Amino acid sequence: MALDAESRSRLSRLLTEHAERLTERWTGLVVASLRGRLSQAELARQVRELHRSMIDALAGGLTDLADEHGGELRAVLSELSRGRARQGFSATETAISVFAIKDALLELIEQDRDAATLRDFLALSALIDQMGLFTFESYVRTRESLIADQAEQLLELSTPVVKLWEGVVAVPLVGTLDSARAQVVMERLLQTLVDTGSPYAIIDITGVPAVDTQVAQHILKTVVAARLMGADCIISGIRPQIAQTIVALGIEFGDIATKASLADALRHVLRLTGVETTSRRARREA
Amino acid sequence: MTAGIDLGMPATQAIRSDEDVVRVRQLVRTTAVAAKLSLVDQTKLVTAASELARNTLIYGGGGAAEVTTIDDGLRRGIRIVFTDQGPGIPDLDLALTDGYTTGGGLGLGLSGARRLVDDFDIRTGVGEGTRVTVTKWSR
Ligand SMILES: Nc1ncnc2c1ncn2[C@@H]1O[C@H](COP(=O)(O)OP(=O)(O)O)[C@@H](O)[C@H]1O
Ligand SMILES: [Mg+2]
Repeated sequence: MALDAESRSRLSRLLTEHAERLTERWTGLVVASLRGRLSQAELARQVRELHRSMIDALAGGLTDLADEHGGELRAVLSELSRGRARQGFSATETAISVFAIKDALLELIEQDRDAATLRDFLALSALIDQMGLFTFESYVRTRESLIADQAEQLLELSTPVVKLWEGVVAVPLVGTLDSARAQVVMERLLQTLVDTGSPYAIIDITGVPAVDTQVAQHILKTVVAARLMGADCIISGIRPQIAQTIVALGIEFGDIATKASLADALRHVLRLTGVETTSRRARREA
Repeated sequence: MTAGIDLGMPATQAIRSDEDVVRVRQLVRTTAVAAKLSLVDQTKLVTAASELARNTLIYGGGGAAEVTTIDDGLRRGIRIVFTDQGPGIPDLDLALTDGYTTGGGLGLGLSGARRLVDDFDIRTGVGEGTRVTVTKWSR
């Protein structure tokens, strides 16, 4: 695109001269494209801000949207895209908010169709295209991070109970353990103990970011219930920061075996049942 | 009370549901990471916030948490204020006793949260609601 000083000043004159009509028409087009899902006042504010940053960027010596004079303008565009993405507008609806200035401009310069004006319009048009693409990209980035957050929340919901070994089931807890989910986990674990006739259950909390008294109480209840069914529980995956927090809270796990990792817990159980891991046997025989 | 100036706008999270308790935890975690608290301190603060947010929900009938990054000139800290317009706590000493619960919990939330943070302040009165302020400083 590379704008020179002369076209910059002509372009900013074009934007300034008809500021009132331009932003009014621009806002009107955006309002129509979003079909009343954002207030006119809010959109008018955004359009004016965008208009102002375009003029400022041109006055500041902008040659390309990506250069150092475009910082403020890019920030305004990112802000706009983030807002639209969060509010659930599509990428197209978001980009139209920027592209609409072209139609508004075209209507304005319709009267004086001389070559110079047309050249300026084309130059400005190139800048607007860059702005639109940039908006598109920020929109996509925001959506991606929103999706990542959702996936994380989804992961929090999954609570598989797996048979780890003959006689050993494990439940890796991941994410937030609220009452509803704790209930599900407990029921599944107890059912799996029945189905597999396992005497051991490992509750792994590596994936639990914080163990508060509610989580601890759920774990304690599960352990007691498992015991009533004749199964022993081992709690594994207690990371250092969790251990320190549990101690400060004053939670006591009593005589429940705890291990640093799931592997440690499994080794512990296998030792109890007399099964030895091959590596251990191999080492001893060597 | 906690000294120190506010750095930036406090973030407020309403506490009306279990999901909101999770949101409070996430907000506190993000703020603690940004303030460069150690992993242990992050975890302690998040856990304390979880306890207090749940009390706000269960006993206070809902309310809000306000999270602010503060600075006392020497270090960064995070202050969280939990407020509710619930029944208040009639006997604070008793409520702060390890193992005391009126709701079938472990009774370690209030007392434990106090041990997990650097500053702990609680204002409550029967019929006046409850306001708990905690601060954790980076070290
Ligand atoms: N915001 C509050 N409003 C009213 N009462 C509260 C509040 N927070 C705590 N309490 C009282 O203090 C007791 C102890 O709280 P806590 O130590 O968190 O234990 P728990 O939540 O396991 O009951 C509660 O059982 C409740 O009676
Ligand atoms: Mg509690």
